[in-house]
Amino acid sequence: MIASEAVQERVQIPLATESLSAERIAYLEGLVNQASVAAAVFTQFTQEDVDRIVKPMVLAGLEKAQHLARLAVEETKLGVMEDKVIKNMVATEFAYNYVKDKRTVGVIREFPERNLVELAEPIGVIFSLIPITNPTSTVLFKCIMAIKTRNAVIFSPHPKAGGCGFEAVKIMYETALKHGAPQGVFTCLESHNLQDNAYLMRHKDVALIDATGGPSAVKAAYSSGKPALGVGPGNTPVYLEKTADLKTAVVDIIISKTFDNGTICASEQTVVIDDEIYDQALKTFADLGAHICNENETGLLGRTVIDPQSGCMQPLAVGQKATDIARFIGLSVKPNTKLLIAPIQGVGREHPLSVEKLFPVLAVYRAKSVDEALKVCVDVNHAGGLGHTAVIFSRNDEIIQKFGEVINAGRIIVNSPGSIGALGAVYNDLVPTFAFGCGTGGGNSTTDNVNIYHYLNIKRLARRTQNHMWFRVPNQIYFNMNAVENVRQFPSASTVIITNPALERVGHVDVVRRCISPQTHVHVSVIPDAEPEVKVVMQGVEALNFYKADQIIALGGGSVIDAAKIMKLKYESPDADLEELAAPFLDLRKRVVQYPTEKVNRARLIAISTTSGTGSEVTPFAVLTDTERGRKVTLADYSLSPDVAIVDPQFVMSMPKGLTADTGIDCLTHALEAGVSNYASPYTDSNAMQAIRLVFKYLPIAYENPRNEEARCMMHNAACIAAMAFSNASVGVNHALAHAFGARFHVAHGRANALMLPHVIAYNAAVPTKFMPSPYTQGYVAHKKYATIADLLGLGGQTVEEKVKKLIAATEQLLDRLEFPRSIAELGISKEEFERAVPELVKIAFDDPSWRSNPRMPLMNELVELFWKAYQGRGSGKAPSAAQQTALEWVVRVWQ
Amino acid sequence: MTSVWLNIDEDGLVPALHDAAGKLDGAEGEVVLDFSSVRRIDSNAVRAMEELAQKGDEKAVKIVLRGVNVDVYKVLKLVKLAPRFSFAS
Repeated sequence: MIASEAVQERVQIPLATESLSAERIAYLEGLVNQASVAAAVFTQFTQEDVDRIVKPMVLAGLEKAQHLARLAVEETKLGVMEDKVIKNMVATEFAYNYVKDKRTVGVIREFPERNLVELAEPIGVIFSLIPITNPTSTVLFKCIMAIKTRNAVIFSPHPKAGGCGFEAVKIMYETALKHGAPQGVFTCLESHNLQDNAYLMRHKDVALIDATGGPSAVKAAYSSGKPALGVGPGNTPVYLEKTADLKTAVVDIIISKTFDNGTICASEQTVVIDDEIYDQALKTFADLGAHICNENETGLLGRTVIDPQSGCMQPLAVGQKATDIARFIGLSVKPNTKLLIAPIQGVGREHPLSVEKLFPVLAVYRAKSVDEALKVCVDVNHAGGLGHTAVIFSRNDEIIQKFGEVINAGRIIVNSPGSIGALGAVYNDLVPTFAFGCGTGGGNSTTDNVNIYHYLNIKRLARRTQNHMWFRVPNQIYFNMNAVENVRQFPSASTVIITNPALERVGHVDVVRRCISPQTHVHVSVIPDAEPEVKVVMQGVEALNFYKADQIIALGGGSVIDAAKIMKLKYESPDADLEELAAPFLDLRKRVVQYPTEKVNRARLIAISTTSGTGSEVTPFAVLTDTERGRKVTLADYSLSPDVAIVDPQFVMSMPKGLTADTGIDCLTHALEAGVSNYASPYTDSNAMQAIRLVFKYLPIAYENPRNEEARCMMHNAACIAAMAFSNASVGVNHALAHAFGARFHVAHGRANALMLPHVIAYNAAVPTKFMPSPYTQGYVAHKKYATIADLLGLGGQTVEEKVKKLIAATEQLLDRLEFPRSIAELGISKEEFERAVPELVKIAFDDPSWRSNPRMPLMNELVELFWKAYQGRGSGKAPSAAQQTALEWVVRVWQ
Repeated sequence: MTSVWLNIDEDGLVPALHDAAGKLDGAEGEVVLDFSSVRRIDSNAVRAMEELAQKGDEKAVKIVLRGVNVDVYKVLKLVKLAPRFSFAS
């Protein structure tokens, strides 16, 4: 708390300890041993035990407040006895009022909504430096904090305050001991020795250094290699702004600056006064007992109370009365002068009185504007007071706020005295303290008013939290034959149908048109039958704007419906940045980029699917191709989900066999991956299982007998149901592999999925090399879920392993029945070409977000193996060749 | 080998520990101190246990503390006495 380097030279703490005698070392070891045992024994105490000790200590401190104050003034020759009594009372009574109901043992705070509990762990042995300016109050305060937190303290009072400091420790210790505290909980160095401090600071059994002192003490503490609570020097700027209540402000400043003769380092140092009230302010100061120095007197003060060499205050002036300082330097003042006020014209070495002065000498500065006043306050703040304390008197909230923003101080005291204000709990609700953290500006680790929580290790007991999950799908889904007629119920003045040329050609668009009210203006926008491009989407948006659409009907497969989702997004929120919205994310709830909620236009999106695979009519996903940049952009947000889904099998009755197989296996892959996903829930499971059952039963029929209405209907439903599952549980590594492979070799998505599927089931069912972190699942369950699916399909088997094998076999039989190639090789891709492609395929697959919810975290070498298994085909069981191994090594090298 | 079993009572903990130290003279092998009824220990008990451990080392007698609760065990860990005893539940 002492700021001046000149004062500090008395507490310089060298870290060298070589000069300590063996006897002295034995003495110090004894202190540490005693404290260590006390700290250990203290860990057994309960909150009630501790609180039983604290209260009598507080009462003892209050009872001895005057006695200790008298001792302190007599020994240090600093300050005002009456004020030191107040300090001792604040250090006990106010500290107690703050700590009395606080829990500091066991569970200290609970956050049930976060499943978090905080528990207290004592620090152990604390080595505490006590300053000359507050030698007894600081001891009283720290003793109360230490007992409340079950710590032992070895005190080292300032050499010139050793007697009163020792007495304060003795009073606290005897009271604590009487009420059950462990023996040796407080000890005090009997005579001060700088080497003692250095030795104790570096002692292995000292857990924390609490250095309430000046820069040298703090620096020594931080240099010791031990955790340290160091506080720092101050140089408190005060802005007396023109709207302030002047009379109150002046009295407050006098109270603060003269309190204990200005020895509190938070006390006011330079008052910057607005020009408009400057003269009146000085007159008020003078009326209340301040002596306003003229230019010569200010010069004299600056040359005498400030050391011209160091630029810091003279130790002899610290804590002295204004009249004594005046007499000492030969200044004539009235006998009752409380304060010497020295007008200065700037801040810095050429203005000696702009530094910290721990005595009743106050610099004042006349500011011509708010801007100038703030700048001078910043100058004072940076002239030795960073991180400490600042004061403003004002009724202008904007200026108060600005002052708070530009001044770097742990405590910014508003319309109240700086020193007593900073101590806390008297003029404000700051935590009461006798140690002001000054943050990094003051070389400290905290800006807090140091308190009990700095004397604790706080442990956090974090229980497993299961985030809320969801099941979100369009709120209206119409299914079965002729479900499209439900379009009729939705009123619309202007409807735009998005579709592709083939569907228009076969008459599907006409079917839909017939279901729209004759009063509705209907417009058809035909887009290419391919993954939507940015250009196509923007043309669609233009059409929506032109026709002022209030309803969009997407009639088509995944590409058309995806295009319509993005058109709707851009139509409703023209400023939506598709590039930004496609930013990757791990958890939907924590994603960085949020989808727009403000909408310029509003349109209902009705999705009518014409394939039985993607389920885009209910999913929150849309894929966009950016041809200009040569890449695909995947958008994912529930706001993209269509408002209404129509699952009408009449639109799939004419699907070609190949498309039936491809889309059907895509649907099966969705359901299987959602079923074992780390995000699976009972809600998604029910959908996934039902979809799997429907696919195994009806896909072969729909494939072999395309006109079978029941099979078409059930497969169409299965695709939608599977999509509901993966919209909420996501997919897995199968999709990551298929995306990479399909894009590279232009293989249809469903077909690419089929090539991977049996291998991925086997892979996920095995014990993972690396588990995926998943708060939603309990243990590894993928193999068991596959077994459940096998049971559902009635495949037989006794053990989980047998059931998984039967599921794989059933899947392979299904793929064979659908006439899928058994291997990538069967597609006519040469081994050499595939070998060349594998490293890039692995890289792309690993980048694919699809596998993030896979139950097993795919390692790079495992992706290589999976690709090669798919190449070699079902049932090959071959290990990777040397060439394949080379590819693997290449991948690993590139990624390292 | 002769084992000595001593019940330690929290109220007379320090005398009991001194008594146990005295019994080390005649003991061979190990001495078992039953701490089941000791809820907590104070600084004097810590010192007495330090002396006991010291004497055990000198006499080459293994000192087994039985039924030590975790709070007392933590104290012994903090004052680095735990490695000098054996513990049994």
